[in-house]
Order: sequence, then structure tokens, then C-alpha cells
Amino acid sequence: MAHDLHANSAAGGAWKRNAAICVVAAALLAVPALLGSFAVSLFNLVGIYAITTLGLTLLTGSGGVTSFAQAAFMGVGAYTSTYFSLRLGLDPWLGLLAALALTGLCAAIMGAVTLHLGGHYLPITTLAWAVALFMVFGNLTAVGGHSGIGDIPPITVFGFALDRPHKAFYLVWGVLILTLFGAANLLSSRQGRAISALRGGAALAESLGINAFRLRLVLFLLAAELACVAGWMFAHTQSFISPTSFDLNQGMQILLMSVLGGVGNILGALAGAAAVTFGKNAIQDLVPMLGLNAGTFEIVIFGIAFILIIHKAPKGLSPVLGRFLPAAPRPPLGKGGADGLHFTRTAAPGGTEVLLQVKNLQKRYGGLVAVDDVSFEVRPATIHAIIGPNGAGKSTTFDLISGMQAPTSGTVHFNGRQITGTPARGLIARGLSRTFQHVRIRPNHSLLENVMMGAHWRMRTGFAAGILRLDRKEERAFAGIAHAALRDVGLDADPHAKAGNLALGPQRLLEIARALASDPRMVILDEPAAGLRAQEKQALAALLRRMREAGVTILLIEHDMDFVMGLADRIVVLEFGRLLATGTPDEIRSNERVQAAYLGEDV
Amino acid sequence: MDFQIALILFQDGITSGAIYTMLALGFVLIFTTTRIIFASYGDLIAYAALTLHALQNGRLPGTVFLVAVLAIVATLAEVYRLARAGAPRRIPGALVRWLALPLAPALLGFLLQGTDLPAPAEMALTVLLVLPIAPLLYRIVFQPIATASTLTLLIVALVLHYVISGLALMFFGPEGVRTAAFIRGSVNILGFHIQAQLIAVLAAAAVLSVGLALFFMKTIPGKALRATAYNRDGARLVGISTDRAGGIAFILGGFIAAIVGILIGSSVTIYYDSGLMIGLKGFVGAVLGGFVSYSMAAIGSILVGLTEAYASFFASAFKEIIVFLAIIPIVLVRVFLSRTPVEEEEEH
Repeated sequence: MAHDLHANSAAGGAWKRNAAICVVAAALLAVPALLGSFAVSLFNLVGIYAITTLGLTLLTGSGGVTSFAQAAFMGVGAYTSTYFSLRLGLDPWLGLLAALALTGLCAAIMGAVTLHLGGHYLPITTLAWAVALFMVFGNLTAVGGHSGIGDIPPITVFGFALDRPHKAFYLVWGVLILTLFGAANLLSSRQGRAISALRGGAALAESLGINAFRLRLVLFLLAAELACVAGWMFAHTQSFISPTSFDLNQGMQILLMSVLGGVGNILGALAGAAAVTFGKNAIQDLVPMLGLNAGTFEIVIFGIAFILIIHKAPKGLSPVLGRFLPAAPRPPLGKGGADGLHFTRTAAPGGTEVLLQVKNLQKRYGGLVAVDDVSFEVRPATIHAIIGPNGAGKSTTFDLISGMQAPTSGTVHFNGRQITGTPARGLIARGLSRTFQHVRIRPNHSLLENVMMGAHWRMRTGFAAGILRLDRKEERAFAGIAHAALRDVGLDADPHAKAGNLALGPQRLLEIARALASDPRMVILDEPAAGLRAQEKQALAALLRRMREAGVTILLIEHDMDFVMGLADRIVVLEFGRLLATGTPDEIRSNERVQAAYLGEDV
Repeated sequence: MDFQIALILFQDGITSGAIYTMLALGFVLIFTTTRIIFASYGDLIAYAALTLHALQNGRLPGTVFLVAVLAIVATLAEVYRLARAGAPRRIPGALVRWLALPLAPALLGFLLQGTDLPAPAEMALTVLLVLPIAPLLYRIVFQPIATASTLTLLIVALVLHYVISGLALMFFGPEGVRTAAFIRGSVNILGFHIQAQLIAVLAAAAVLSVGLALFFMKTIPGKALRATAYNRDGARLVGISTDRAGGIAFILGGFIAAIVGILIGSSVTIYYDSGLMIGLKGFVGAVLGGFVSYSMAAIGSILVGLTEAYASFFASAFKEIIVFLAIIPIVLVRVFLSRTPVEEEEEH
């Protein structure tokens, strides 16, 4: 089964990877045959906790959100299904359906309430939810209350009761392997790239048209449902549950597993769950042998071991283990578009219509007026620059146009429609793409994946299709578009190289390629030449000119006067938040007010 | 509930609130300087109360052994680091700082074993014994992973709680203790009976707050701490050792915890693992304060204390739960009122 799932990702060296997967699968199949009941039930616990931790790995490692409530969601799954089978006499599979529905409802409410909160608020509110759910479990007298409940019937598959650890093993590990493949598929899909963009900061995600809140909510739901499935298996394989199995301590333990395994890799969930479960068991065996008081010393020794491991591997076990794993298959490059820049929405150069119109824009912060009554127009297929001394209001103007902030008054029209106050994520679909002054790329992703993030809004694959790997056709098509964009900026030597290995100059080009992949009408660039060497500046200027020829309109904020003067068609000069002058580079150069602002009053 | 009971509950609430305020100060101090959410902070409070109780009963507190082991491990780590860095000349200084200084109070405690000390001396010795634990833990556990993610640091701090409280179980046993009261009765002010303990707690909180404010505003180490909190890289660029700033933050935090432990030991039964719950409430106060502002943290902590006091009257079984559930509406109100932009830690 594992083999089939990966058969279509054939690339160079894929057979090695598939062979390794087959060896591991064979070893796993042999576990129940070779080991005793107790050892197999430990394996089952590892599988159950790995599934729960996997949800957290997705949520924390990729989405950047932490939760203490994962064990509590296990409890929702376990208690719902127990109630269904013990009190209503229904099949555990029906219990699972009910548990999934109830968990989804709980998680949706919790997520909707708390996921707007950033920073430390979210972890602490999940902590509160975890405590609250624990209280609920303790007061469910119908299913045992605080003292717990036993004799929970086993799961039956086609009339075959999984009433012993040896039998349940195949279900638990089958589900685990399926979820691991699903998670791997998800992370390499369109939504996976969006999740990664989220980790790069809300500004990046929003600029790509990604609704950060909705994405977090889906991740939170997904994590909760994984925990629910794990809790369901926990109840029906252990046959006894009590609230302490799902309390805050357990929630912390799941978090501990995810950190020990490493949140940067989905296999970290399995590594962390295995290390904690087997490690605790080993210590339980070891401590009495050393003549120590078991109950006291276990946790102390376990804690010290944990701290030592984190000292040696601060990013968890998975990066260490990753060195021994065969390389992941490379996604297809796609056919690639024709050479040269091609866009579907750009206007022909020399048009008389206005693409961007800024009218009487004003931004106040209390008494401070950062931008005051600024108006200008940008025509299609031109390069427009905004310059001005420090504190002139350039960056604020940029934020007002790119939707990062809402103006106090005034309007912005783009392509004939008012976009004033439209949130940043609504702009990329209208043809307005941006780059960042402090480059925002995803260092651990390939150049190709980074550029494909720019095409996020043009793609359609949702979560389900991504998990089931039904997105291959679209992936190939857009990998081709991204590859072409990389070629346009001259970064196509190794599209699979890690973006984090690039120097600053190429990183800026990568951001431009990402913008190009969005099929833009206009690209706005925040100080694109900052920190570049002379040669890199020339290459950048040449690229911007080629973009103009292809019909892309460019608005840039820049400090570097030489760069702007040789490049821009029109220049807007700001000073103290006000418009000082607009005109061609020659007009600006000979403008006395501009000279006074830049060189002092006496020129 | 009549007015009299409401007033008593109010006093209880303010007393706990002032306690949580001090804890929140410690949390914010340590977090802003080192990015560590020091989840094992509450354990230091438990150690302080348990240590004082042991001294009052003429027993040698296990704290002595903990400090001794930590000091030896920290010294070994420091000597190893200096030897490898090719700076053997700094080893004697390290021996003084990491071995002699922490061990001196432990030795004193060992020598004074069984002596009947006056109450102030017992308290002073308690503070001296508990004080080195936090900076030693920082040196051993956190300094080597100072650049790890906030999440990793938090989880390590949580695990550390289990280690430290597990050791407390070994040292002090499973029984809960109450220290002999150093102050009792009530004072009549304007016709109201004010508990003397409330006055002591408020005085301690006021002295600590003013002292910390002066430390931050007037002294060079205090300014270095603020600089580190504001911008770690920037602080390093101007020659501030962020490791040393972290150490100072942990010393101050340890001092606060020792004072709090002594203050509450006579009114709350302290078990070896009581620290987590007490610490969590201070943490909640700090979070309600947005984790950066000391004054907001104080208001948040008072709210936690009051919630707890009234909850314990109306539904004592659910006291803890109500405190935690109260987080949700308070956080929501705070977030919607302040409209601070959501900014996550960016992964690099």
C-alpha cells in the first residue's frame, strides 16, 4: 500500500526510497508476530500518540501555532465513542463518526474564538480549554466521571474484533502510515506552501492572497480531528479511560513529543512519540534495578534525559534522523512556458488610461500626519518611483497602497476599481503584487516552491485534494510557470536548491520571480536595490526594464538616486509626508525644491 | 454573601493578587530578557516555603544538596567552556562565581543544622539558599540553548518543572507543610479589619516594584537588562553580554520567588508540587498584561487573585478551573480593545 502511494512520484533514485519504505513496512508487519503482548501494546501507544502529535507538528511546525489542547481533543474522541458504544450500544465506527463531528464542532468554536489572537494568547487560551474539557470529562457521570470507565468494546473490522494488541496493531499503524502520507502530500501541495508562507509572517501570507485566519482554523481543525481519531483508538484498544488520560499533563506531554521529535518534519511526530513512550518505559524498568524509588526517580531521570537530548539537538530528533533517510523525491519541473515574459492581464505600453490612481491620501497617527494629501497617477507599462529623504512617508504610502494599513482619508483606485482599505490579501488577485524591503522568502523551501507561492491565488487545489494527491496536473502546470519565472530572473540554474542558500541579491530576484508568477498587472517593490552590489543593481535594472517591455507596471520606493534616475519614467518626491514634486527624472533633477530638500537650502 | 464576607474575600483576593503580581513581575522580567517562559518558576516558591519549614523544625533542608549539585555541574560546564576557549586565566573567577558563591549559604545551612535560629535569620537563610537555584538552572539548562525557539525553551522549562518538583519530593517528602506564621492578627483602619498579612504582602510587593523600577532606571545592569529585552542583537552589538543579562534576570526572579514563598508559606499549605499551579496563576497575570508591560501584568494579576477569591466562595471545587476559564473572556476583551497587530515569531 505504501508502495502504491509513492509509485507515481518516480524520479531519480526513487527506487532506493521505495525499497527503504518496503523494508520498514515489512519490519512493521513482523512486529506483532515477533513481540509479546506488552511490547505490541507499547507499539500501539506509540502509534496513537504519533497520530496526535502529527496534528501538533502540522499546527506548530508549519502553521506556527502552539496548542495545549491536543490531549483534550483525544478525550473528546474517546469519551464520545465510549458513550456511543457503552450507553447506546452502537458500533464504535458509528461512535467515530459522532466523535469526529463533535470534535469538529468543539474545535471550530474554540478556533473561531481564539485563533484571532496571536503570540502568547493562543497557547494560554488552549491551556484554559484543556482545563475546561478535563472538568467536563470528570463530570460525565454516565461514562464514569472522575474514576474512569472500563469494559469498552473493541473495534470490529468486517466482523473481526480487534480485541488484543496484536490485532489492533494493524489498524493503529495502518492509520498512522496513511496519515503520515497524507500529511506529506499536504505539505508538498498548494495548501502546504500556504501553510509555510504563514510561518514566514502574516504580511507574507496576506500579500500572497492567503487568508491567514482561515488557514490556521483549518489546521487547528485538522489537528483536533487527528487527535480525535487517536483518542477513539485509545479508548477501544485500552478498553479503559479516565479523565487523567486526557488532562493538561497529557497535553503537555504531546507538546513535549512534538518538540523532542522536531516540529520541522512530520516524521518528528513518530520519532517523538516513540522516544517518549519507549524512553519512559525503559526508565521504569531501569530505576528499580538501580535500587531507586521508582515513582520519584522516573520523572527526574526522564526530564534530565530530555534536556540533554534537546541540548544536543535543539531542533529535535528528526533533523538528526533525517541524515540517514533517503532524499525526498523532487517534484516535477513541468514543461515550462516559452522563453521570455508573458502575462495575460497586462496592457499594451503607451496607453492613456490610468492603472493606479492615488488621490488626496492621508494617514494620521494621533497628532502625527505621516502622509498628507498625496496624489499621483501611474500609467500602464511604466516604471514609477517614489523617492524622498528618511521620514518622508514613503513606506507609509507604500503600506496604504499595498493594503497593509488603511488610510485616514483619500482614495486609491487600481485598474478602474477603488481598492482603498481593501485588505492586502485581496490585491494579488486584482493584479497587484509586491516584494518586501526585508526579503520574505521561505529559506527551507526550494526556489521553485517559493515562486509557486506567488501563483497560490491562481491555483485551485484544496486541502482534501492535496492530501489525496489529486493535484498532480495543476502542480505540473504551475511548476512550469514558476520555472519560466525563475528563468526570467536568471535563477533557473538549480530550481530545486534551497532558497535560504541564496545571497541577498538573488533573494530579491526570487521575490520578483514570485511576483511574476502571480500574473501581475503591477508590481510594487520596496527598496529593491538596498544592499545590492553595483553589478547586481545593473542586472536588477535590466530585469525591471524587461518587465516594463512585457507590459508590467512597476512602482518602486528607492533610496538610491542613481538607480532611480537611470531607470524610472516618472518620479514622485515626498518630503515630510507631502508631495514635493512629480515629473520625469530630468524635471526632478532640475527642480529647485527637490534640490533644496536633498542638498540643503542654499543650492 | 453579605458585605462583611465580600470584604474578607476582597482582602483575600487582593492578597493573592499582590502575590501573583510579584510572580508576574518575575515572569515578565525573565521572559523579556531571555525569551524563556520559565514554567518551573513556581517550584522555587515551593522550595522557599519547604526550606523555611525545614529550618523552623531544625532539619537540614534538601535545598542544600540541590544547590551543591547544581553548583558543581555549573562549575564543570563553565571550566570546560573556559578551557576550550583558551581562557584558563578566567577559571579562578568562574570558581568563585559558580562554586564558592552558591555554596557559601549551603555550607552555612549545613553548619547551622539543628541550631535554633531567630525568625529573621531563618528567613534570610531561606532567601540565600533559594536564590542561587534560578541562575544555576539558567547556566546549566538554558544558556546552552539560548537561541532555540520560544516553544523549545518553554517545553524545556516545563520538563524542568517535573525534574525540580520530583527532586523536591525526594528532599522534602510528600506531606504538605505550613510554616510558622511570622505575622498574624488584623489591624483596624477606619473601622475596617485589615489582615496583617495583607499589609505585609502589599508592603513586599510595593518594595519589590519600586526596587525593580529603580534598578531598571538607575543602574547600569538594569539598563543592560532593558536593552537586552528591547533588542538582543542590538544589545550584543554594544557590548552587553546577553548571557550575563539572563543570569541577572534569573537572580532577580529567584529573589522574588524566595520572598513570595516565605510570604505565602504560613497561609497556604505547600506540597512538593504546588509550584506549578501557583506559578501558572502568576503566568496568567503576566499574559493578561500582554507579557511585556509590568503595570498591565500587575492589573492582570490582581484580577486573577480576585477571581480566585470569589470563585472559592461560590464554587470552591471549581476554583482553579474558573480562574483558567476567566482567561478566555479577559483575553478576548483585551485583544479586541487594544487591536494590537498579530505578530508571530518568524522562523528563520
